[in-house]
Amino acid sequence: MDFLTLQPAEWQALLLTLKVAFAALLVVLPLAILVAYVLARYRFPGHGMVNALVHLPLVLPPVVTGYVLLLMFGRKGPVGAFLADNFGISFAFNWMGAALAAGVMAFPLMVRPIRLSFEAVDPKLEDAAKSLGAYRIVAFLTITLPLALPGILGGAILGFAKAMGEFGATITFVSNIPGETRTLALAIYTATQSPSGDVAAFRMTLVATFVAFAALIASELLARRLRRGIGGGHA
Amino acid sequence: MLDVDITGRLGALDLQARFASEGGVTSLFGQSGSGKTTLTNMIAGLTRPTTGRITLGDTVLFDSEQGTDLPVQARRIGHVFQDARLFPHLSVKSNLTYARWAGRREGTRDLNEVVDLLGLRHLMSRKPDTLSGGERQRVAIGRALLSDPRLLIMDEPLANLDQARRNDILPYLDRLCVEAGIPILYVSHSIEEVARLSNTLVILSDGQTPAYGPVAEMLARTDLGRATGRHEAGALVSGTVVRVDTQWGLTHVDIGGAVLQIPDMAAISGDKVRLRIRARDVALATEPPRGLSIRNVFEADVKSISEETGPYAEILCSVGEQTIRARITRASVTDLDLMPGKSVTVLIKSVAIDRRQRSPGQPLSNEVSL
Repeated sequence: MDFLTLQPAEWQALLLTLKVAFAALLVVLPLAILVAYVLARYRFPGHGMVNALVHLPLVLPPVVTGYVLLLMFGRKGPVGAFLADNFGISFAFNWMGAALAAGVMAFPLMVRPIRLSFEAVDPKLEDAAKSLGAYRIVAFLTITLPLALPGILGGAILGFAKAMGEFGATITFVSNIPGETRTLALAIYTATQSPSGDVAAFRMTLVATFVAFAALIASELLARRLRRGIGGGHA
Repeated sequence: MLDVDITGRLGALDLQARFASEGGVTSLFGQSGSGKTTLTNMIAGLTRPTTGRITLGDTVLFDSEQGTDLPVQARRIGHVFQDARLFPHLSVKSNLTYARWAGRREGTRDLNEVVDLLGLRHLMSRKPDTLSGGERQRVAIGRALLSDPRLLIMDEPLANLDQARRNDILPYLDRLCVEAGIPILYVSHSIEEVARLSNTLVILSDGQTPAYGPVAEMLARTDLGRATGRHEAGALVSGTVVRVDTQWGLTHVDIGGAVLQIPDMAAISGDKVRLRIRARDVALATEPPRGLSIRNVFEADVKSISEETGPYAEILCSVGEQTIRARITRASVTDLDLMPGKSVTVLIKSVAIDRRQRSPGQPLSNEVSL
């Protein structure tokens, strides 16, 4: 079973992937919830435009998304330069850039199920909450958000999986630097490019499959608990 | 207390409503689609009127000229919705106390008192989807009561319930209307509920409020037939139980000028009661008939006869201070030569006054005046 033992570089790739995916999730999830709520509850001029913009990374070739990120967030890009000059934050060729690419690619996949679950919550419940004295934000946090939690969880899992496996936008935006931006997907790709990399590629494929599977099981268990909580029984 | 004078629009419906109530239970009565829910939503602050003014006590809730439009949260109006709208992920107890923990309403009303008033003690840890329709409405009423409201709006709380469930919940509403101590705006399209529970009646028809006033007076009006529903038209009389005849299962009610015998109504001597007598159950005679099964036979004076073109005429008769309404054919009016001022004998079958038309509510005296 020796060939199943992960090499240090592969461990590094796995840990980096988890770091990138969690960072992407942490930053993007609140934003996805906000955008999904606005799209579900409000009709305004430009509603369709915002909706299209959100879904753009889903339909664009990932390479294009990566290239656009490079143009905007690269060292010479307008946003990248601004952030570097004013806050000392740089996304160029580091793990944060990888997280940004993963987050952007995961965003539409998260917004969709979250929006659907918000639409399934009766907006009249918020009216009832308001008539009981709750301000809008309180009504959202105590009524709509908990009722939409199963959908939010689903969106988060989908987004996390996408972030873990992101390839095209990442390699275009932040390249393939070991220990910095070489995530599991990039490491597998690199291994397949080397004549002696078959075993390593296979090993990492198993690891990627295992992580994805574990995430799915965990989300299923959590969703069941949530549904029980909403569905009835005890408090 | 509550003064409303607004115009508004929702979809195809043009709303123009004007009424005032002095407290107690005010019923907003109208057929489906007459704008009842739109009007209550405007009073509650969920929908914005186009123009006008709404005041509750000293507080201006809405005034288009001053530019006042108090947000829902600040109006302190308890709203019981037709569909209950309980929060499905919270227990009954958390639903009841929502206004305290999420709405920051301290509330002067005791939780235990409300729980007992509405019979909710055994439901506290349950989730809404395990409750029956009637139980859900009771929780919704309790939740609204515990939000420290200045006005309680009840938007057809019984509309989605079958008759058995309604009969379950009506006694709670009777007690609530007497004990709540806050004004109630009760929305309904059932004349029975309205007659049973309310002091003031506001009629809403096609978005307009053609009339409002004390409930007995309004139900006796013959010019509102279309709005109140011709078939169910009737008069409301109040009286005092003077005798309970257990041998024959009859209760004797003195309405001042006559004593009515009605089927056993679970009341004791001295109780104030309210009876609704449908116009179609009342017959008139010009001389006392003999050999009749009808037990309620008494003298009255014809007050007015409605001028109508259909086959029917609506006759208002006064007995002491009260008014009885009769619907007879126009042919009979001519045959009997009825005219205002004439003495007639009123005949009402005891069995026509059924259980649902009786209530232990407040007496009709000290009514709200216009």
